[in-house]
Amino acid sequence: MANVLAVTEQRDGALRKTSREVVWAARQLADAMGGTVDALVMAASGVDAAGAKLGEVGADRVLVAEDASFAKYSPDGYAGTVAGVAKAGGYGAVLVAATAAGKDLAPRIAARLDAPLASDVTGVGIEGGKVAATRPVYAGKAIQQLRVDAPLAVVSLRPNAFTPGSAAKAGAVSKATAVAASRVTVREVKAAEQGRLDVAEASVVVSGGRGLKGPEHFALIEGLAKALGGAVGASRAVVDAGWRPHAEQVGQTGKTVSPQLYVAVGISGAIQHLAGMRTAKVIVAINKDKDAPIFQVADYGIVGDLFEILPRLTEEIAKARAG
Amino acid sequence: MRIAVCIKRVPDTETRVRIAADGVAMDENGVKFIVGPYDEYAVEEALQRRDKAGGGEVVAIALGPDAAQETIRSALAMGADRGVLLKADRIPADALAVAKALAAELRDGGYDLVLFGKMAVDDYHHAVGPMTAELLGLPCVTAVSKLELEGGKGTAEREIEGGMEVVEFALPAVLTAEKGLNTPRYPALKGIMAAKKKPIEVKPAALGETRVAVTALGLPAERKAGRILGEGAEVVPELVRLLRTEAKVL
Ligand SMILES: Cc1cc2nc3c(=O)[nH]c(=O)nc-3n(C[C@H](O)[C@H](O)[C@H](O)COP(=O)(O)OP(=O)(O)OC[C@H]3O[C@@H](n4cnc5c(N)ncnc54)[C@H](O)[C@@H]3O)c2cc1C
Ligand SMILES: Nc1ncnc2c1ncn2[C@@H]1O[C@H](COP(=O)(O)O)[C@@H](O)[C@H]1O
Repeated sequence: MANVLAVTEQRDGALRKTSREVVWAARQLADAMGGTVDALVMAASGVDAAGAKLGEVGADRVLVAEDASFAKYSPDGYAGTVAGVAKAGGYGAVLVAATAAGKDLAPRIAARLDAPLASDVTGVGIEGGKVAATRPVYAGKAIQQLRVDAPLAVVSLRPNAFTPGSAAKAGAVSKATAVAASRVTVREVKAAEQGRLDVAEASVVVSGGRGLKGPEHFALIEGLAKALGGAVGASRAVVDAGWRPHAEQVGQTGKTVSPQLYVAVGISGAIQHLAGMRTAKVIVAINKDKDAPIFQVADYGIVGDLFEILPRLTEEIAKARAG
Repeated sequence: MRIAVCIKRVPDTETRVRIAADGVAMDENGVKFIVGPYDEYAVEEALQRRDKAGGGEVVAIALGPDAAQETIRSALAMGADRGVLLKADRIPADALAVAKALAAELRDGGYDLVLFGKMAVDDYHHAVGPMTAELLGLPCVTAVSKLELEGGKGTAEREIEGGMEVVEFALPAVLTAEKGLNTPRYPALKGIMAAKKKPIEVKPAALGETRVAVTALGLPAERKAGRILGEGAEVVPELVRLLRTEAKVL
């Protein structure tokens, strides 16, 4: 019997959506191991841990570690705190979301606990008493199955890959020991433009490529993204040309996205681009070249000039969503 | 300034993956290998920092099979001074085992800076850099896209969802490189020639036990074949109708 520690994440005192995914996945794993789930919240103070209702998604206990330095992400402080809690608790697995912070934190925890890491997994379970995981490799061109041959595994979970259900557990809140440390200090967080959605988190992404001909024409992409309530993405060609920021790049050396709807406009569909978006639920492509590889993965394609098609599409979408 | 750069031999990003007969690895027949694209940012940064400091040494370290000497040669051609190959027949799926072997090599190296790529484009762990830093007890910032170093102190920027974190640290430190940090140079012919004469030390990797076993490798489920609805703006209403009634995403 082993328990599972679910590491949650807060930003500005509010728990992030991935926290529920992590607690839910921990619940499934704990049930398979016959153990319990502890959810760990690290914050400066003021996170309403009880209000976060982590019991609803399967936490038996909610451990709260508070320190003033936890207002922002604290790599060493968080890692030390998780390692301390994990060492005390008889856990078989520590789960973290593979967000920007989680990707930084999970390897640190693994090293401190001398526990192997399975990172960015899309599935996790128990096989023959050991933690087993499924994860995309080679930019999603292949799927790997892993088994961790150790009594404790650290696992980071790909955001959006786990859908929380309900599991009414107590979620009783208690205190845990915070370890403050500051070998590196996050001095400030520069917020991106207000209200801008991140491509990796958005449920709709509209991406533009070299077919747009120039940065000034991205207003067309922004218009469609707005009509759909989505985020703007870009191909590497336009990021390299300096038309769009790297934060928007989708693909093997950019972000991997799994939105409900992905619209590729003036993008040829190079293998490195496909690697980042092929797991989208629905793909729409607009390209003037009927042989562009993007059409091979598009559920719906329109062949033609984007400068004629986009204004019409934005208008029709706006109408459809209003009506 | 003494700088170590850890680089990994990875399949070219153009590679179409085929599964090997053992069912757990990629079939490497006919596959071209390259220096990890993020590792190139790390190498470039190391070269620029060395030159800005007016001297020092850049050491390129790779853990992998004999063929990883080619990977090291690429870094030497860009301008690194010497190479170390930590030899292992296979690069294990256990990132912590790799980090332990790299840490053993780096520990007494007297480096001011140890650079990694943000991630390897084959296994996507995002892990070996920060793990190595923890094992060495050094400060570490991951996915750095902007860096300032001044008098033994550094400020780095890293992207997070919806913004940038500005992070402060002191040297010696471990950093992992993100795109945007710099523009890696192409090795000039002169560099390629010079690289042939630069030393590469080869020794066995201190891997220890590896505790992550790959039990299967498979191809992802194919998407169903694409459908072209038609040509031109006239097709837009049909597309919107399908998005609404068939795909149900509006
Ligand atoms: C190591 C490495 C990593 C890479 N990583 C990435 C990555 O992460 N993401 C990524 O995207 N790429 C990546 N690439 C680059 C990739 O190989 C392609 O070069 C890139 O994706 C092409 O961008 P594009 O589709 O915008 O441009 P192009 O390939 O030039 O395509 C432009 C498309 O626009 C269409 N078009 C032109 N005019 C119009 C019009 N008026 N109306 C409609 N359509 C029009 C054309 O038919 C064409 O298909 C990587 C490459 C390498 C080597
Ligand atoms: N076998 C290796 N040899 C040298 N460096 C490596 C090796 N594996 C990973 N790295 C380094 O660690 C970074 C992150 O790799 P990963 O954690 O596997 O995604 C890479 O970009 C390299 O800089």
